[in-house]
Amino acid sequence: MATTATINVKDQDLLASLKSFCVTLLEQENISAILVPQRLPMKSMAMPTLVTDADQLAGIDPLSPAFPMNGAKVLAKLTRRPSGGKIAAMMRPCEIRAFIELVKLKQARTEDVVLIGLDCLGAFRNTDYFRFAGDDAAAATQRFYEGVLAGKDAAMDGADLTPACKACEHSVPDSADIALGLWGVDTGTGILAQAQSPAGEALLKQLSLPTAEVPQARKEALARLLESRTAYRHKMFADTAAATNSVEKLGNYMANCVNCYNCRVACPVCYCKECVFVTDVFNHDPAQYLRWAQRKGAVKMPTDTVFYHLTRLTHMSTACVGCGQCSNACPNDIPVMELFRLVGHRTQAAFAYEAGKSVEENPPLSVFKEDEFQEVVGL
Amino acid sequence: MENFEPVIVAFVCNWCTYTAADLAGTSRLSYPKNVRLIRVMCTGMVDPQYVIKALLGGADGVLVSGCHPGDCHYINGNYKARRRIKLLKEILPQFGFEPERLRLTWIGASDGIQFAEIMRDLVKELKELGPSQAKLKMVV
Repeated sequence: MATTATINVKDQDLLASLKSFCVTLLEQENISAILVPQRLPMKSMAMPTLVTDADQLAGIDPLSPAFPMNGAKVLAKLTRRPSGGKIAAMMRPCEIRAFIELVKLKQARTEDVVLIGLDCLGAFRNTDYFRFAGDDAAAATQRFYEGVLAGKDAAMDGADLTPACKACEHSVPDSADIALGLWGVDTGTGILAQAQSPAGEALLKQLSLPTAEVPQARKEALARLLESRTAYRHKMFADTAAATNSVEKLGNYMANCVNCYNCRVACPVCYCKECVFVTDVFNHDPAQYLRWAQRKGAVKMPTDTVFYHLTRLTHMSTACVGCGQCSNACPNDIPVMELFRLVGHRTQAAFAYEAGKSVEENPPLSVFKEDEFQEVVGL
Repeated sequence: MENFEPVIVAFVCNWCTYTAADLAGTSRLSYPKNVRLIRVMCTGMVDPQYVIKALLGGADGVLVSGCHPGDCHYINGNYKARRRIKLLKEILPQFGFEPERLRLTWIGASDGIQFAEIMRDLVKELKELGPSQAKLKMVV
Protein backbone atom coordinates (compact mmCIF):
# COMPACT_ATOMS: atom_id res chain seq x y z
CA MET A 1 0.00 0.00 0.00
CA ALA A 2 1.44 3.29 -1.07
CA THR A 3 1.97 5.88 1.60
CA THR A 4 -0.77 8.51 1.82
CA ALA A 5 -0.14 11.42 4.15
CA THR A 6 -1.31 14.91 4.89
CA ILE A 7 0.50 18.22 5.00
CA ASN A 8 -1.16 20.27 7.73
CA VAL A 9 -2.67 23.60 6.78
CA LYS A 10 -3.09 26.45 9.25
CA ASP A 11 -5.35 29.49 8.78
CA GLN A 12 -6.31 28.40 5.24
CA ASP A 13 -2.85 29.41 4.12
CA LEU A 14 -1.88 26.80 1.52
CA LEU A 15 1.25 28.63 0.43
CA ALA A 16 2.61 28.65 4.00
CA SER A 17 2.02 24.89 4.20
CA LEU A 18 3.71 24.26 0.87
CA LYS A 19 6.58 26.42 2.04
CA SER A 20 7.06 24.42 5.22
CA PHE A 21 6.83 21.24 3.15
CA CYS A 22 9.63 22.55 0.93
CA VAL A 23 11.69 23.51 3.99
CA THR A 24 11.30 19.96 5.30
CA LEU A 25 12.35 18.61 1.91
CA LEU A 26 15.49 20.74 1.94
CA GLU A 27 16.34 19.47 5.42
CA GLN A 28 16.61 15.93 4.04
CA GLU A 29 20.19 14.89 3.53
CA ASN A 30 19.50 13.28 0.18
CA ILE A 31 17.82 16.38 -1.30
CA SER A 32 20.30 19.05 -2.37
CA ALA A 33 17.95 21.52 -4.00
CA ILE A 34 14.35 22.22 -4.78
CA LEU A 35 12.95 23.59 -8.01
CA VAL A 36 9.82 25.55 -7.25
CA PRO A 37 7.97 28.56 -8.69
CA GLN A 38 8.46 31.76 -6.71
CA ARG A 39 7.38 35.35 -7.02
CA LEU A 40 10.55 37.28 -7.53
CA PRO A 41 11.14 40.62 -5.89
CA MET A 42 11.73 42.39 -9.19
CA LYS A 43 8.56 41.22 -10.94
CA SER A 44 5.24 39.76 -9.93
CA MET A 45 5.27 36.73 -12.30
CA ALA A 46 5.99 33.38 -10.61
CA MET A 47 9.13 31.84 -12.13
CA PRO A 48 10.85 28.51 -11.42
CA THR A 49 13.71 28.96 -8.94
CA LEU A 50 16.37 26.49 -7.91
CA VAL A 51 16.72 26.81 -4.14
CA THR A 52 19.31 25.30 -1.82
CA ASP A 53 18.81 27.63 1.17
CA ALA A 54 15.51 27.26 3.06
CA ASP A 55 15.64 31.00 3.88
CA GLN A 56 15.22 31.75 0.19
CA LEU A 57 11.70 30.43 -0.08
CA ALA A 58 9.84 33.60 0.88
CA GLY A 59 8.12 34.04 -2.48
CA ILE A 60 7.10 30.41 -2.97
CA ASP A 61 3.97 30.32 -5.14
CA PRO A 62 3.16 27.08 -6.99
CA LEU A 63 -0.56 27.91 -6.85
CA SER A 64 -0.33 31.15 -8.78
CA PRO A 65 -2.45 31.33 -11.93
CA ALA A 66 0.71 32.59 -13.64
CA PHE A 67 2.24 30.07 -16.05
CA PRO A 68 5.00 31.95 -17.83
CA MET A 69 6.79 28.85 -19.12
CA ASN A 70 6.66 25.07 -19.08
CA GLY A 71 9.36 24.12 -16.57
CA ALA A 72 10.15 20.78 -18.26
CA LYS A 73 12.97 22.28 -20.33
CA VAL A 74 14.45 23.91 -17.23
CA LEU A 75 14.40 20.62 -15.38
CA ALA A 76 15.95 18.89 -18.41
CA LYS A 77 18.85 21.34 -18.21
CA LEU A 78 19.33 20.38 -14.55
CA THR A 79 19.16 16.63 -15.05
CA ARG A 80 20.62 15.81 -18.47
CA ARG A 81 23.87 14.73 -16.78
CA PRO A 82 24.56 13.70 -13.18
CA SER A 83 24.84 16.84 -11.04
CA GLY A 84 26.11 15.16 -7.90
CA GLY A 85 22.92 15.94 -6.01
CA LYS A 86 19.23 15.23 -6.03
CA ILE A 87 16.58 17.81 -6.90
CA ALA A 88 13.00 17.84 -5.72
CA ALA A 89 10.96 19.52 -8.46
CA MET A 90 7.53 20.90 -7.69
CA MET A 91 5.67 21.24 -10.97
CA ARG A 92 2.32 21.26 -12.71
CA PRO A 93 1.07 17.98 -14.24
CA CYS A 94 1.69 19.21 -17.80
CA GLU A 95 5.26 20.16 -16.88
CA ILE A 96 5.86 16.69 -15.48
CA ARG A 97 4.34 15.08 -18.56
CA ALA A 98 6.54 17.16 -20.86
CA PHE A 99 9.56 16.26 -18.73
CA ILE A 100 8.76 12.57 -19.18
CA GLU A 101 8.70 13.09 -22.95
CA LEU A 102 12.16 14.71 -22.74
CA VAL A 103 13.44 11.78 -20.68
CA LYS A 104 12.32 9.43 -23.44
CA LEU A 105 14.06 11.63 -26.00
CA LYS A 106 17.26 11.26 -23.93
CA GLN A 107 17.36 14.98 -23.17
CA ALA A 108 16.67 14.57 -19.44
CA ARG A 109 17.14 11.95 -16.73
CA THR A 110 14.96 10.84 -13.84
CA GLU A 111 17.82 9.49 -11.70
CA ASP A 112 18.62 12.74 -9.89
CA VAL A 113 15.14 14.11 -9.46
CA VAL A 114 12.05 13.51 -7.38
CA LEU A 115 8.99 14.82 -9.20
CA ILE A 116 6.53 16.45 -6.85
CA GLY A 117 3.32 17.12 -8.70
CA LEU A 118 0.67 19.47 -7.44
CA ASP A 119 -2.99 19.24 -8.43
CA CYS A 120 -3.35 21.93 -11.07
CA LEU A 121 -5.95 24.64 -10.63
CA GLY A 122 -5.25 26.03 -14.09
CA ALA A 123 -3.62 29.23 -15.27
CA PHE A 124 -4.24 32.52 -17.06
CA ARG A 125 -2.58 33.89 -20.15
CA ASN A 126 0.42 36.06 -19.26
CA THR A 127 -1.39 39.24 -20.28
CA ASP A 128 -4.51 38.30 -18.30
CA TYR A 129 -2.41 37.38 -15.28
CA PHE A 130 -0.69 40.76 -15.08
CA ARG A 131 -4.04 42.51 -15.16
CA PHE A 132 -5.48 40.12 -12.56
CA ALA A 133 -2.53 40.33 -10.17
CA GLY A 134 -2.16 44.09 -10.22
CA ASP A 135 0.30 45.21 -7.55
CA ASP A 136 -0.23 42.38 -5.11
CA ALA A 137 0.62 38.99 -6.59
CA ALA A 138 0.47 37.21 -3.22
CA ALA A 139 -3.10 38.33 -2.63
CA ALA A 140 -3.95 37.44 -6.24
CA THR A 141 -2.78 33.85 -5.76
CA GLN A 142 -4.84 33.51 -2.59
CA ARG A 143 -7.92 35.00 -4.28
CA PHE A 144 -7.45 32.55 -7.16
CA TYR A 145 -7.01 29.30 -5.23
CA GLU A 146 -9.65 30.11 -2.65
CA GLY A 147 -12.14 30.86 -5.40
CA VAL A 148 -11.34 27.77 -7.47
CA LEU A 149 -11.24 25.39 -4.51
CA ALA A 150 -14.55 26.77 -3.25
CA GLY A 151 -16.01 25.59 -6.55
CA LYS A 152 -16.34 29.01 -8.13
CA ASP A 153 -15.74 29.66 -11.81
CA ALA A 154 -12.05 30.31 -12.41
CA ALA A 155 -13.01 33.32 -14.51
CA MET A 156 -12.51 36.29 -12.21
CA ASP A 157 -11.86 39.98 -12.58
CA GLY A 158 -11.76 39.83 -16.36
CA ALA A 159 -9.23 36.99 -16.43
CA ASP A 160 -10.12 33.43 -17.34
CA LEU A 161 -8.34 30.09 -17.57
CA THR A 162 -6.58 29.56 -20.88
CA PRO A 163 -8.35 27.34 -23.44
CA ALA A 164 -5.51 24.83 -22.87
CA CYS A 165 -6.43 24.58 -19.18
CA LYS A 166 -10.16 24.44 -19.91
CA ALA A 167 -9.58 21.49 -22.24
CA CYS A 168 -7.08 19.73 -19.94
CA GLU A 169 -7.94 16.25 -18.62
CA HIS A 170 -4.76 16.03 -16.53
CA SER A 171 -5.38 18.19 -13.46
CA VAL A 172 -3.83 15.46 -11.35
CA PRO A 173 -0.11 14.63 -11.59
CA ASP A 174 -0.40 10.90 -12.34
CA SER A 175 3.24 10.56 -13.41
CA ALA A 176 4.76 12.32 -10.37
CA ASP A 177 6.75 10.49 -7.68
CA ILE A 178 4.79 12.32 -4.99
CA ALA A 179 1.37 13.80 -5.80
CA LEU A 180 0.01 16.66 -3.71
CA GLY A 181 -3.78 16.69 -3.86
CA LEU A 182 -6.11 19.68 -3.61
CA TRP A 183 -9.24 18.75 -5.59
CA GLY A 184 -11.92 17.26 -3.35
CA VAL A 185 -9.65 17.59 -0.32
CA ASP A 186 -10.51 19.61 2.76
CA THR A 187 -7.74 22.11 2.19
CA GLY A 188 -8.78 24.02 5.30
CA THR A 189 -6.98 21.36 7.33
CA GLY A 190 -4.52 19.64 5.02
CA ILE A 191 -3.04 18.93 1.61
CA LEU A 192 -3.06 15.30 0.51
CA ALA A 193 0.36 13.74 -0.23
CA GLN A 194 0.48 10.41 -2.07
CA ALA A 195 3.52 8.34 -3.05
CA GLN A 196 3.21 7.09 -6.63
CA SER A 197 6.62 5.46 -7.24
CA PRO A 198 9.33 3.71 -5.21
CA ALA A 199 11.36 6.95 -5.15
CA GLY A 200 8.34 8.90 -3.96
CA GLU A 201 7.51 6.22 -1.42
CA ALA A 202 11.01 6.35 0.07
CA LEU A 203 11.02 10.13 0.33
CA LEU A 204 7.52 10.45 1.73
CA LYS A 205 8.25 7.84 4.42
CA GLN A 206 11.39 9.76 5.34
CA LEU A 207 9.38 12.97 5.89
CA SER A 208 7.20 11.21 8.52
CA LEU A 209 4.08 13.25 7.87
CA PRO A 210 0.81 12.23 9.56
CA THR A 211 -0.89 9.51 7.53
CA ALA A 212 -4.24 10.13 5.91
CA GLU A 213 -6.94 8.58 3.76
CA VAL A 214 -7.97 9.74 0.31
CA PRO A 215 -11.29 11.51 0.94
CA GLN A 216 -14.40 10.16 -0.81
CA ALA A 217 -15.17 13.57 -2.21
CA ARG A 218 -11.95 13.59 -4.23
CA LYS A 219 -13.03 10.95 -6.69
CA GLU A 220 -16.30 12.74 -7.34
CA ALA A 221 -14.66 16.14 -7.66
CA LEU A 222 -12.19 14.77 -10.19
CA ALA A 223 -14.93 13.03 -12.19
CA ARG A 224 -16.92 16.29 -12.40
CA LEU A 225 -13.83 18.19 -13.47
CA LEU A 226 -12.96 15.61 -16.13
CA GLU A 227 -16.47 15.71 -17.49
CA SER A 228 -16.52 19.46 -17.98
CA ARG A 229 -12.99 19.47 -19.42
CA THR A 230 -13.80 16.72 -21.90
CA ALA A 231 -16.95 18.52 -23.01
CA TYR A 232 -14.96 21.71 -23.63
CA ARG A 233 -12.32 19.74 -25.50
CA HIS A 234 -14.88 18.07 -27.76
CA LYS A 235 -16.29 21.42 -28.79
CA MET A 236 -12.81 22.89 -29.23
CA PHE A 237 -11.80 19.99 -31.49
CA ALA A 238 -14.96 20.30 -33.59
CA ASP A 239 -14.56 24.07 -34.01
CA THR A 240 -10.85 23.81 -34.84
CA ALA A 241 -11.37 20.97 -37.31
CA ALA A 242 -14.03 23.00 -39.12
CA ALA A 243 -11.80 26.08 -39.18
CA THR A 244 -8.85 24.26 -40.80
CA ASN A 245 -10.35 21.61 -43.08
CA SER A 246 -8.67 22.85 -46.26
CA VAL A 247 -5.26 24.23 -47.09
CA GLU A 248 -6.89 27.56 -47.82
CA LYS A 249 -8.54 27.62 -44.40
CA LEU A 250 -5.33 26.54 -42.70
CA GLY A 251 -3.65 29.46 -44.44
CA ASN A 252 -6.31 31.78 -43.04
CA TYR A 253 -5.97 30.24 -39.58
CA MET A 254 -2.23 30.98 -39.64
CA ALA A 255 -2.55 34.24 -41.56
CA ASN A 256 -1.25 36.41 -38.70
CA CYS A 257 1.88 34.30 -38.20
CA VAL A 258 5.04 36.35 -38.60
CA ASN A 259 7.44 33.38 -38.36
CA CYS A 260 8.76 34.53 -34.99
CA TYR A 261 8.92 30.86 -33.90
CA ASN A 262 7.99 31.80 -30.32
CA CYS A 263 5.64 28.80 -30.24
CA ARG A 264 8.53 26.49 -31.00
CA VAL A 265 10.76 28.12 -28.36
CA ALA A 266 7.98 27.93 -25.77
CA CYS A 267 7.16 24.32 -26.66
CA PRO A 268 8.63 21.99 -24.03
CA VAL A 269 8.73 18.99 -26.36
CA CYS A 270 10.06 20.58 -29.56
CA TYR A 271 13.20 18.56 -29.24
CA CYS A 272 15.59 19.52 -32.07
CA LYS A 273 18.77 21.21 -30.87
CA GLU A 274 18.62 23.47 -33.88
CA CYS A 275 15.37 23.98 -35.74
CA VAL A 276 15.70 23.42 -39.50
CA PHE A 277 13.63 26.57 -40.05
CA VAL A 278 16.41 28.80 -38.72
CA THR A 279 19.12 27.12 -40.77
CA ASP A 280 20.35 28.09 -44.22
CA VAL A 281 17.92 25.57 -45.72
CA PHE A 282 15.28 28.29 -45.38
CA ASN A 283 17.56 31.19 -46.18
CA HIS A 284 16.43 30.98 -49.78
CA ASP A 285 18.21 32.56 -52.67
CA PRO A 286 16.67 35.97 -53.50
CA ALA A 287 15.94 34.73 -57.03
CA GLN A 288 13.87 31.91 -55.52
CA TYR A 289 11.44 34.38 -53.94
CA LEU A 290 11.03 36.09 -57.31
CA ARG A 291 10.29 32.76 -58.99
CA TRP A 292 7.66 31.97 -56.36
CA ALA A 293 6.07 35.36 -56.78
CA GLN A 294 6.05 35.02 -60.56
CA ARG A 295 4.33 31.65 -60.40
CA LYS A 296 1.10 33.14 -59.10
CA GLY A 297 1.74 36.84 -59.36
CA ALA A 298 2.13 37.26 -55.59
CA VAL A 299 3.63 35.47 -52.64
CA LYS A 300 2.97 36.11 -48.96
CA MET A 301 6.07 37.18 -47.06
CA PRO A 302 7.57 35.82 -44.94
CA THR A 303 7.21 32.49 -46.74
CA ASP A 304 7.07 28.93 -45.38
CA THR A 305 4.57 29.72 -42.61
CA VAL A 306 2.12 26.87 -43.20
CA PHE A 307 5.08 24.63 -44.03
CA TYR A 308 6.61 25.45 -40.64
CA HIS A 309 3.48 24.62 -38.67
CA LEU A 310 2.81 21.40 -40.61
CA THR A 311 6.39 20.29 -40.08
CA ARG A 312 6.17 20.98 -36.37
CA LEU A 313 2.95 18.96 -36.26
CA THR A 314 4.69 15.94 -37.78
CA HIS A 315 7.71 16.32 -35.52
CA MET A 316 6.13 16.82 -32.09
CA SER A 317 2.38 16.22 -32.16
CA THR A 318 2.82 12.69 -30.78
CA ALA A 319 4.64 14.25 -27.80
CA CYS A 320 2.23 17.18 -27.29
CA VAL A 321 1.04 17.42 -23.68
CA GLY A 322 -1.34 20.31 -24.37
CA CYS A 323 0.26 22.78 -21.94
CA GLY A 324 -0.75 25.70 -24.18
CA GLN A 325 2.53 27.58 -23.96
CA CYS A 326 2.55 27.90 -27.77
CA SER A 327 -0.61 30.01 -27.64
CA ASN A 328 0.69 31.89 -24.61
CA ALA A 329 3.83 32.82 -26.55
CA CYS A 330 2.11 33.89 -29.76
CA PRO A 331 2.38 37.66 -30.23
CA ASN A 332 -0.61 37.70 -32.59
CA ASP A 333 -3.05 35.53 -30.63
CA ILE A 334 -3.19 32.66 -33.14
CA PRO A 335 -4.97 29.71 -31.46
CA VAL A 336 -1.92 27.45 -31.88
CA MET A 337 -2.68 25.12 -28.97
CA GLU A 338 -6.15 24.31 -30.33
CA LEU A 339 -4.72 23.02 -33.62
CA PHE A 340 -1.80 21.16 -32.07
CA ARG A 341 -4.00 19.44 -29.50
CA LEU A 342 -6.48 18.43 -32.19
CA VAL A 343 -3.80 16.88 -34.38
CA GLY A 344 -1.87 15.49 -31.40
CA HIS A 345 -5.00 13.79 -30.15
CA ARG A 346 -5.34 12.03 -33.50
CA THR A 347 -1.70 11.07 -33.99
CA GLN A 348 -1.36 9.80 -30.42
CA ALA A 349 -4.54 7.73 -30.85
CA ALA A 350 -3.20 6.33 -34.13
CA PHE A 351 -0.20 4.88 -32.32
CA ALA A 352 -2.12 4.03 -29.11
CA TYR A 353 0.22 6.39 -27.29
CA GLU A 354 -0.34 8.98 -24.60
CA ALA A 355 2.29 11.71 -24.27
CA GLY A 356 3.78 12.07 -20.81
CA LYS A 357 2.12 9.01 -19.32
CA SER A 358 5.05 6.72 -18.72
CA VAL A 359 8.79 6.54 -19.32
CA GLU A 360 8.28 2.90 -20.26
CA GLU A 361 6.32 3.65 -23.46
CA ASN A 362 8.59 4.42 -26.41
CA PRO A 363 7.86 7.50 -28.55
CA PRO A 364 5.87 6.14 -31.53
CA LEU A 365 8.34 7.21 -34.19
CA SER A 366 11.32 5.65 -32.43
CA VAL A 367 10.03 2.10 -32.74
CA PHE A 368 8.14 -0.14 -35.18
CA LYS A 369 6.64 -3.58 -35.47
CA GLU A 370 7.11 -5.82 -38.45
CA ASP A 371 3.44 -6.50 -38.86
CA GLU A 372 1.52 -3.24 -38.56
CA PHE A 373 -0.23 -0.49 -40.54
CA GLN A 374 -0.65 -2.64 -43.68
CA GLU A 375 -3.48 -0.30 -44.67
CA VAL A 376 -1.09 2.54 -45.57
CA VAL A 377 0.84 0.38 -48.06
CA GLY A 378 -0.05 -0.08 -51.72
CA LEU A 379 -2.17 1.75 -54.25
CA MET B 1 -9.61 19.44 -66.59
CA GLU B 2 -9.56 16.98 -69.45
CA ASN B 3 -5.96 17.78 -70.20
CA PHE B 4 -4.93 17.66 -66.55
CA GLU B 5 -1.53 16.05 -66.14
CA PRO B 6 -0.79 15.36 -62.47
CA VAL B 7 2.67 16.04 -61.10
CA ILE B 8 3.94 13.21 -58.93
CA VAL B 9 7.00 13.46 -56.71
CA ALA B 10 8.34 9.99 -55.94
CA PHE B 11 10.93 9.36 -53.24
CA VAL B 12 12.47 6.04 -54.27
CA CYS B 13 15.12 4.08 -52.42
CA ASN B 14 18.46 3.49 -54.09
CA TRP B 15 18.49 -0.27 -53.57
CA CYS B 16 15.02 -1.38 -54.63
CA THR B 17 12.58 0.98 -56.30
CA TYR B 18 15.20 3.12 -58.03
CA THR B 19 16.82 -0.03 -59.32
CA ALA B 20 13.40 -1.23 -60.49
CA ALA B 21 12.91 2.09 -62.33
CA ASP B 22 16.32 1.59 -63.91
CA LEU B 23 15.33 -1.93 -64.92
CA ALA B 24 12.08 -0.63 -66.42
CA GLY B 25 14.16 1.78 -68.49
CA THR B 26 16.75 -0.75 -69.66
CA SER B 27 13.89 -3.14 -70.48
CA ARG B 28 12.45 -0.35 -72.70
CA LEU B 29 9.19 -0.30 -70.73
CA SER B 30 7.37 2.99 -70.97
CA TYR B 31 5.61 4.74 -68.10
CA PRO B 32 3.98 8.20 -67.82
CA LYS B 33 6.35 11.14 -67.63
CA ASN B 34 4.31 12.71 -64.81
CA VAL B 35 6.59 11.11 -62.24
CA ARG B 36 9.60 13.02 -60.88
CA LEU B 37 11.88 10.49 -59.24
CA ILE B 38 14.00 11.57 -56.30
CA ARG B 39 16.52 8.94 -55.38
CA VAL B 40 17.16 8.59 -51.65
CA MET B 41 19.43 6.04 -50.02
CA CYS B 42 16.52 4.57 -48.03
CA THR B 43 12.83 5.35 -47.47
CA GLY B 44 13.82 5.57 -43.80
CA MET B 45 15.46 8.94 -44.56
CA VAL B 46 12.31 10.53 -45.95
CA ASP B 47 11.47 13.15 -43.33
CA PRO B 48 7.72 13.91 -43.32
CA GLN B 49 8.85 17.44 -44.08
CA TYR B 50 9.88 16.38 -47.62
CA VAL B 51 6.38 15.10 -48.30
CA ILE B 52 4.78 18.29 -46.97
CA LYS B 53 7.12 20.45 -49.04
CA ALA B 54 6.22 18.53 -52.20
CA LEU B 55 2.49 18.85 -51.53
CA LEU B 56 2.66 22.54 -50.62
CA GLY B 57 4.90 23.14 -53.62
CA GLY B 58 2.13 21.94 -55.90
CA ALA B 59 2.63 18.19 -56.34
CA ASP B 60 -0.66 16.41 -57.02
CA GLY B 61 0.64 13.24 -55.49
CA VAL B 62 3.61 11.96 -53.49
CA LEU B 63 4.88 8.42 -53.66
CA VAL B 64 7.34 6.91 -51.22
CA SER B 65 8.61 3.57 -52.44
CA GLY B 66 11.24 1.20 -51.11
CA CYS B 67 12.21 -2.40 -50.50
CA HIS B 68 9.76 -5.04 -49.38
CA PRO B 69 9.61 -5.62 -45.61
CA GLY B 70 12.61 -7.71 -44.61
CA ASP B 71 14.62 -6.65 -47.68
CA CYS B 72 15.78 -3.22 -46.49
CA HIS B 73 19.47 -2.64 -47.24
CA TYR B 74 19.67 -0.93 -43.85
CA ILE B 75 17.66 -3.67 -42.12
CA ASN B 76 14.60 -1.69 -41.03
CA GLY B 77 14.43 1.74 -42.71
CA ASN B 78 11.26 0.82 -44.58
CA TYR B 79 9.45 -0.07 -41.34
CA LYS B 80 10.30 3.40 -40.01
CA ALA B 81 9.06 4.93 -43.25
CA ARG B 82 5.77 3.09 -42.84
CA ARG B 83 5.25 4.69 -39.40
CA ARG B 84 5.97 8.14 -40.84
CA ILE B 85 3.48 7.60 -43.67
CA LYS B 86 0.94 6.48 -41.08
CA LEU B 87 1.64 9.70 -39.17
CA LEU B 88 1.22 11.85 -42.29
CA LYS B 89 -1.99 10.07 -43.20
CA GLU B 90 -3.36 11.05 -39.78
CA ILE B 91 -2.36 14.69 -40.20
CA LEU B 92 -2.78 15.66 -43.85
CA PRO B 93 -6.46 14.71 -44.42
CA GLN B 94 -7.45 17.21 -41.68
CA PHE B 95 -6.23 19.97 -43.98
CA GLY B 96 -8.06 18.74 -47.05
CA PHE B 97 -5.34 16.63 -48.65
CA GLU B 98 -7.08 13.50 -49.94
CA PRO B 99 -5.42 10.36 -48.54
CA GLU B 100 -4.94 9.11 -52.12
CA ARG B 101 -2.37 11.84 -52.73
CA LEU B 102 0.16 10.13 -50.49
CA ARG B 103 1.15 6.57 -51.30
CA LEU B 104 3.65 4.07 -49.97
CA THR B 105 4.62 1.02 -52.02
CA TRP B 106 7.22 -1.71 -51.88
CA ILE B 107 8.80 -2.32 -55.29
CA GLY B 108 11.80 -4.68 -55.32
CA ALA B 109 14.88 -4.28 -57.51
CA SER B 110 13.72 -6.93 -59.96
CA ASP B 111 10.16 -5.56 -60.29
CA GLY B 112 10.70 -3.38 -63.38
CA ILE B 113 7.39 -4.39 -64.90
CA GLN B 114 5.54 -3.76 -61.65
CA PHE B 115 7.20 -0.34 -61.35
CA ALA B 116 5.87 0.74 -64.74
CA GLU B 117 2.41 -0.63 -63.92
CA ILE B 118 2.21 1.16 -60.57
CA MET B 119 3.23 4.46 -62.17
CA ARG B 120 0.51 4.06 -64.81
CA ASP B 121 -2.10 3.21 -62.16
CA LEU B 122 -1.03 6.09 -59.96
CA VAL B 123 -1.28 8.62 -62.77
CA LYS B 124 -4.69 7.26 -63.75
CA GLU B 125 -5.98 7.56 -60.17
CA LEU B 126 -4.67 11.08 -59.74
CA LYS B 127 -6.17 12.18 -63.05
CA GLU B 128 -9.54 11.03 -61.75
CA LEU B 129 -8.96 12.81 -58.44
CA GLY B 130 -8.09 16.09 -60.17
CA PRO B 131 -5.55 18.76 -59.28
CA SER B 132 -4.48 19.34 -55.68
CA GLN B 133 -6.23 22.24 -53.98
CA ALA B 134 -2.89 23.32 -52.57
CA LYS B 135 -1.73 24.14 -56.08
CA LEU B 136 -4.93 26.02 -56.90
CA LYS B 137 -5.58 27.91 -53.69
CA MET B 138 -2.35 28.30 -51.74
CA VAL B 139 -0.44 31.56 -51.75
CA VAL B 140 2.69 29.64 -50.68
